[in-house]
Amino acid sequence: MMFTLWESFRSAMESIRAHGFRSVLTSLGIIIGVMSVIAVVSIVQGLSQTVNAQFEGLGSNTLTIRSYTPFKKALQGQFARLTNEDMELIARRVDGISHITPVLFSQSGAQGRISFRAQESFAQVFGVGSDWMEVNGSFPETGRPLTREDDQRRRLVCLVGVDVIENLELPEDPIGEYFRVNNEWCRIIGVMEERGELFGFSQDDYVMMPYGTARRMQGASRTLDIQVQLMVENMERRDEVKARIRRLLRQEHGLKAGEADDFRIQTSEQLTESFNAIISTITAAVGGIVGVSLLVGGIGIMNIMLVSVTERTREIGILKALGATRSDILLQFLIEAVLLCLVGGLIGIALGYAVGALAATLMPGFPPAFVPTWAILLSFGFSAGVGVIFGIIPAAKAARLDPIDALRYE
Amino acid sequence: MSTSDSVIRFRDVARRYVMGDQVVNALDGVDLDIYRNEYVAIIGASGSGKSTMMNIIGCLDRPTEGDYFLEGQNVSEMDEAELSRVRNREIGFVFQSFNLLPRASALKNVQQPMVYRRMRRGEREARAARALERVGMGDRMGHLPNELSGGQRQRVAISRALVGEPSILLADEPTGNLDSKTTREIMQLFDELHNEGQTIIMVTHEPDVAAHCNRVIRLEDGRVAEDRYQEKRRGTADRETVPPAAAGDDAADDAPGPEPEP
Repeated sequence: MMFTLWESFRSAMESIRAHGFRSVLTSLGIIIGVMSVIAVVSIVQGLSQTVNAQFEGLGSNTLTIRSYTPFKKALQGQFARLTNEDMELIARRVDGISHITPVLFSQSGAQGRISFRAQESFAQVFGVGSDWMEVNGSFPETGRPLTREDDQRRRLVCLVGVDVIENLELPEDPIGEYFRVNNEWCRIIGVMEERGELFGFSQDDYVMMPYGTARRMQGASRTLDIQVQLMVENMERRDEVKARIRRLLRQEHGLKAGEADDFRIQTSEQLTESFNAIISTITAAVGGIVGVSLLVGGIGIMNIMLVSVTERTREIGILKALGATRSDILLQFLIEAVLLCLVGGLIGIALGYAVGALAATLMPGFPPAFVPTWAILLSFGFSAGVGVIFGIIPAAKAARLDPIDALRYE
Repeated sequence: MSTSDSVIRFRDVARRYVMGDQVVNALDGVDLDIYRNEYVAIIGASGSGKSTMMNIIGCLDRPTEGDYFLEGQNVSEMDEAELSRVRNREIGFVFQSFNLLPRASALKNVQQPMVYRRMRRGEREARAARALERVGMGDRMGHLPNELSGGQRQRVAISRALVGEPSILLADEPTGNLDSKTTREIMQLFDELHNEGQTIIMVTHEPDVAAHCNRVIRLEDGRVAEDRYQEKRRGTADRETVPPAAAGDDAADDAPGPEPEP
């Protein structure tokens, strides 16, 4: 069996080489299919690696609590909320928390308008407690951090990301400068460390002010909804802390035994997981599209193999006269089809890698492409499978030819 | 000669084709024995059943009725795979249009039958090289068919037929595509092979070619119309005694000057 396989492989190689250009055209469908899967997977996987690395920076001993409104309740207009009182309750009643901070985004989710002299721009504006820097592991590069006093006195001071300086054409050392945030004058007390880009979007385009200040700027709103970020003292006690917060908040929000939580407590790992779930979905969707293109490629292979069998009818007759059995002929043509697909797959992987790398380089802020081994193996497996499925009909046709008719064929 | 010595034995062999509502008797009850080391010409007008007979002898086709024994094996009862094996081991085909594999070198062409015997490459190449040397093609083993002349192609085809040491060399109009000079050379090669003990059967319509054989079978309407033994005509290179009449013919053929036909 090995002998026959090897001989068939050799004659298939010769045949493919004899029709070099046609072979490439034949496997073009496979080449394009595999190329697109490798290109997309390499970009998505490169992204996923970078994002996971960033989430790791968040630390696994932090918890994020946010309100959660089920879709059904949202339709009824009943929005869950998390308030400053909730946070204070947690800070008071739960042991094992080293730092805790509220985070207040604008309620509409819109970006804040900022301006300096004639320059106007938009930035993410949010209010935080003085512990925010510890919890997020992100500190001012220059200037001073926000303090508890800033918060209590609701000072109009803020920390800015590096992009804000650029967008507003602020002086190189902007500390002490005043600029407008949503029509309030605000003094810059520090510039934050650069965080880089994610998905091609800047992460340094933000203005951070004391929680109290941000709350005052939003006005006395009954629908105030904050997020709470906290850091546990001891990693081992994280789940214990989480459980205690959950009990406390359920009690505080008056939830009955059967009712679902109206908040979510997430660890950074969960954030990573939900991100990875999105990545998997994208990958699967791309896989489906590529499956269709491989199908089309396979039909191309079958078409050319059928032509090739007709073209080589006489040759098949000669081989049969020389003693080739049906299975010898079948194997020869089948292996030729599989080999065509595999060569196509190989070219596709190489091109896909190149396209992925090029795309990642050309798109500003995109992480480098990464091709996982499973994608390569899967592409190879799929190519071979397509070869077998679409090669079997032409090969069977060749094997069934009557030697007399085949020898007479002109 | 005893019947046990027969290489080929036809017993009431018939081959019928159904064409529309008509039944064509391509072969119609043929009895025939061909013995070891015979040199047989099968002649006849077109449509006389030559090709059908050739296909059946070569195990490319099976009789509709009757029995065909090849080296004592009943071919009529064989399945596809067995027929392939018999073609590979017992038959060496030589065709009018050479039928070499176009993309394979002479050496590869001659190796091909050995591939189906699962013979390893080194051994195959050695045997193929010997077979090519035997027909005087030892210096052109690496050439592709389209780099060879007609006579050279037919030599490669003959060495491919012989490489497996078949019971019979089966040639279908082997000189049909060759000029008269090359025809003489190829027929001389057949004569030599016959002298070495090879059983040869050839289908031909050329009397000159049939004259080389020691037995002539003439078919007519699917039956054997004539079956005679004859004095074999000697090729020019044959060192054996040459009958005076035949020697005169050969001398005329060998005369220098333009070929009588292209």
